[in-house]
Amino acid sequence: MDDTCENCGKFELSGVNLFYNGFKALEDLDLKIESCCITALIGPSGCGKSSALRCLNRMNDLIPGARVEGQVSLDGENIYERSYDVVELRKRVGMVFQKPNPFPKSIYDNVAYGPRLFGIKDKEILDDIVEGSLASAALWDEVKGKLRSSALALSGGQQQRLCIARVLAVQPEVILLDEPCSALDPIATQRIEDLLVELKSRYTIVIVTHNMQQAARVSDYTAFFMIEEQGDPGRIVEYDTTNTIFTNPKDERTERYITGRFG
Amino acid sequence: MKRQGGSALEGIDREWIVKKTMLVMAMMTVLGILLIIFFVAKESMPAFTKAGPANLFSSTWDPKSGRYGMLIFFTGTITTTVGGLLLGTPLAIGSALFLTQMAPRRVRSFFARGVELLAGVPSIVLGWLGFTVMVPWLRSATNSQGTGVLAASIILAIMVLPTITAISKDALEAVPRTYIDASLAMGATRWQTVRKVLIPAAKPGLLVAVILGMGRAIGETMAVALVIGPATAYPTSLTSPTHTLTTKILMEMGESTGVQRSALFAMGLVLLLLSMAMIMLVRMVTRQRKEAA
Repeated sequence: MDDTCENCGKFELSGVNLFYNGFKALEDLDLKIESCCITALIGPSGCGKSSALRCLNRMNDLIPGARVEGQVSLDGENIYERSYDVVELRKRVGMVFQKPNPFPKSIYDNVAYGPRLFGIKDKEILDDIVEGSLASAALWDEVKGKLRSSALALSGGQQQRLCIARVLAVQPEVILLDEPCSALDPIATQRIEDLLVELKSRYTIVIVTHNMQQAARVSDYTAFFMIEEQGDPGRIVEYDTTNTIFTNPKDERTERYITGRFG
Repeated sequence: MKRQGGSALEGIDREWIVKKTMLVMAMMTVLGILLIIFFVAKESMPAFTKAGPANLFSSTWDPKSGRYGMLIFFTGTITTTVGGLLLGTPLAIGSALFLTQMAPRRVRSFFARGVELLAGVPSIVLGWLGFTVMVPWLRSATNSQGTGVLAASIILAIMVLPTITAISKDALEAVPRTYIDASLAMGATRWQTVRKVLIPAAKPGLLVAVILGMGRAIGETMAVALVIGPATAYPTSLTSPTHTLTTKILMEMGESTGVQRSALFAMGLVLLLLSMAMIMLVRMVTRQRKEAA
């Protein structure tokens, strides 16, 4: 598993603190996310995994009172620099949410949403992008006959793959997934996992998951987050290759968590 | 239904009393509207039988020679309503967007209170201000009488503003946050998100807001009467005086008898039908929304 990863950092977090008003939610994160790999963020509920994920595309900006300290760099550039273009950042770093959230539009319009935003109007080009993205998200065969029907009529698993297709349509470099399977049944989950493994040759993938088996199955690297006590900030306890985390963790707390003794 | 035994007071089932009282109250509301429709229809019958529909829906209003055409007033109602909506809707939806999307929390509640207060301004006060402040200003600006369709439209725009703003605000707030997040996370700007996701998703609700605003504009009388002119003639420009159905009824009801009085009721009937049509429209739109969801 490890040899599929070239050793080139895509994201680098150093000394990152996250505050919600006065409350410190994350403390001193250091993390190097390799490109063309799947990195899993695991840990008990409320430990800040999702908040950490949202630091990577600055979705935390949307929460009033949220503030980030430290440095988060994407390809060597600090994304929290004042001059950094957030719109450009989010184009490069796509996100899939916990609950499938297709727009109340047709399947076609959902996938074409991003390309249209960035000025693609030509119908043939759009058709190609829509087909290509749906195919990459392993959804094309199921929906090719009903592209004009509402996305909301799809099943939960299909909706989530549609959301992935929607993200793929703008050709991002990184895909962030925030517990993408938590609302799905095991079969739909399996399909998403297969899809992620397929996609990782072309994209850098960061996934937050509650499901340790999922992290073990799909990821190359795993970061284990934890809070010491209620009200404390979340910290990274251990970060290593997934293999090491699950077979030979260095920290005792990691071991206790992955063997299911707490959390 | 009565419970058995006990004292006289306990003998009466309270549940039963409450139920029946509410039934009677509900019946009274329905009865009220039925009586209104019946009475207006009955009073307008002589106009239909004696003057005839062709006379009533013509353009000539001249009771002395037996002409009771309401088309001028109908036109006046439609033009001032459309004018009021054209001016008021963008402003109202703009305010609703500002309130829900951009305004910081403290500014938001301040603005929301302001909109509520505007809804509470009595229409006579608004009309009086329109007559004493706005009309003279329009008069000098357009070099005309100042009263007419434009003045009425401006007043109506102000009057529909709180209605449309409040209902649009609810419609926009009802759009799930996840849609907006999804759009922003794709790299859309706020404005793109508003235009391409928020407004389309809220469209049925926004439509309901406009229709209810329209209902308000159609029925408004006092404020319009003060700034409309008045004149029994088609408007030839935005600032030429005319009449609406409501203002004509208001002006003539005191001194009319016989068929003329009945013709006024026929105008009232048209207004009633117009506002019922609005309600039907709202129902259709909201039903569509439920089916789409």
